[in-house]
Amino acid sequence: MGIPVEQILVQTVNGLVNGMILALVASGLTLIFGIMDVVNFAHGDLVMLGGFVGAATIAATGNFWVALIVAALVVAVFGAALQMSTLRPLLGRDPLTTILATFGVSLVLQKYALWQWGPSARNLPEPITGRFDLFYLQYPWYRVATAILAGAMIGALWLFLKRGTYGIWIRATTQDRVMASAMGIPVPWVHTAVFAIGAAMAAASGVLFGPLGGVTQTMGADFTLRAFIVVVVGGMGNLGGSILAAIFISLLEAYAALVVSPAQAVIVSFVALILTLLFRPTGLFVPTPK
Amino acid sequence: MTRAPSHRGYWIGFGIVVGLLTIAPLVLPPFWRRFVTEILIWGLLAMSSDILIGYTGMVSFGHSAFFGLGMYGAAAALLTVKPPNLWLAIVYGLVGAGAVAVFVAYFSTRLREIYFGITTLVFSQIFYVIIFTWTDVTGGENGLTFSQPGLGLPGLGSVPFTPDRLHWFVLAVVTLSYLLLRRITQSPFGMVLQSIRENEPRTRAIGYAVERYKIVAVMLSGLFAGLAGVLYAIQNKFAAPDFVFFLVSGEVVIFNVMGGIGTLVGPIAGAAFFLLVREGLSRYFEYYLIPVGIIFVLMVIFLPQGFLGFLRRRLNQ
Repeated sequence: MGIPVEQILVQTVNGLVNGMILALVASGLTLIFGIMDVVNFAHGDLVMLGGFVGAATIAATGNFWVALIVAALVVAVFGAALQMSTLRPLLGRDPLTTILATFGVSLVLQKYALWQWGPSARNLPEPITGRFDLFYLQYPWYRVATAILAGAMIGALWLFLKRGTYGIWIRATTQDRVMASAMGIPVPWVHTAVFAIGAAMAAASGVLFGPLGGVTQTMGADFTLRAFIVVVVGGMGNLGGSILAAIFISLLEAYAALVVSPAQAVIVSFVALILTLLFRPTGLFVPTPK
Repeated sequence: MTRAPSHRGYWIGFGIVVGLLTIAPLVLPPFWRRFVTEILIWGLLAMSSDILIGYTGMVSFGHSAFFGLGMYGAAAALLTVKPPNLWLAIVYGLVGAGAVAVFVAYFSTRLREIYFGITTLVFSQIFYVIIFTWTDVTGGENGLTFSQPGLGLPGLGSVPFTPDRLHWFVLAVVTLSYLLLRRITQSPFGMVLQSIRENEPRTRAIGYAVERYKIVAVMLSGLFAGLAGVLYAIQNKFAAPDFVFFLVSGEVVIFNVMGGIGTLVGPIAGAAFFLLVREGLSRYFEYYLIPVGIIFVLMVIFLPQGFLGFLRRRLNQ
């Protein structure tokens, strides 16, 4: 065995941190799919948009946490407007048309970012600069904080869906759109709100990811693809499954990066997706349907 | 209504379009000459994808893989065999694209709807990553450059490609492909594909092996996409990983939706429209994909049948 144990453990921590950020992106995506059958191809671009709005806010205020909140709010409003203008007219049509529409949106957003913010990457400053010893390297506390924060946001979403009045509206709409509408739930507005929530979570991940990997106009496609993989492996529309799958996929990639280059490590998650689709098309982390 | 007049009208229209495209390089300035050739190549790619999107009801987001493998297959033939041979490039390209198509078809046809789309997308990304990182063989990010082969005809010797000859060669290949694809879609096989699109469970219930038909459809589509890749490689004398990236697949879907799916001609018109808009706008505005993307989204919402479908409905009224 050529790989020291320490390296494997460090990669485990890395995988967990990346997995939590990815889980935050994917839980928005899976929520949107679960409730309105929309496959949001522009989800990664909302991450990117959040990152850029965050970078602009940091430049203006100098405070990372303010930027996190501003980015989430701005992108949430944008997401709501996007849903009302492009996705609401497609309600009830083939889910494939939503892929096409959001693919167009993705193109527009990506080129807009290139136009406004240029091709170079923005590195956001780490708000927590402390480090601790992890075997042979100084591991930044910020990464750990990111994972915890992402987990807290997902937890808050889960609590909201489980206990909040509006959360119950959302779950009712997921289960039966027509019945929910008959009970007086304003279904179109629930859709808009869910899209806004998903967009806010994507934007928050973009800001959190900023200090780790930098914000570029091309990061959207990468995030979209990885979030797709996670959502399908975890089971479409299944929140808990998505979180487990995000961690699972990120760990797989982190371990694969020990053996091959990180660019090639992506293939491992592609293969995981294809195997899942072939043998457990409903998702790895859901009970086998009857 | 009898069938004969509409058929005659169709062939007259077909003859006029092919005739116009034949004389196009003689009357157009060099830039537009090359542009029309390029439209034909992208049109062939879009048409190959229409077999799946329009006729079988499966949206492929992975056509860049077939296109790219066609390119790299042609590159392999042109770089390894001396002197470079056009027909060998086509054979290599088709073998490359065909091999990928067999692989993709076998796995992805087991899935339906968006899952099919996502699987094809992921497969094309796998090939992208392999091509991008396997620098020794594929040239990595820089791709491969090679010299253009001559237009060799068996028994007649070989002449070098001029832009005109290249245009006519591409036109001949695309026209033949179109006629072949048209014949295929009107054959009993094509009818089964369309019945899969309309109602898959019923097609299965009648007794057709739906999976086998889908596999053949994907392979067929992949072969024609590979052919387009070979043509593009010969025109531009390079193969680059950018063409395997999934954005190309997305553009192919855009061509189809803009032109009108399930019409074969529509996707070519869609490609022409897209490339023209891009050409027209990119002179004034570097980020032309913003208006193009907005037009596309509007079309998905308001004109889901595409230009051709819209026209056809209008004319039928």
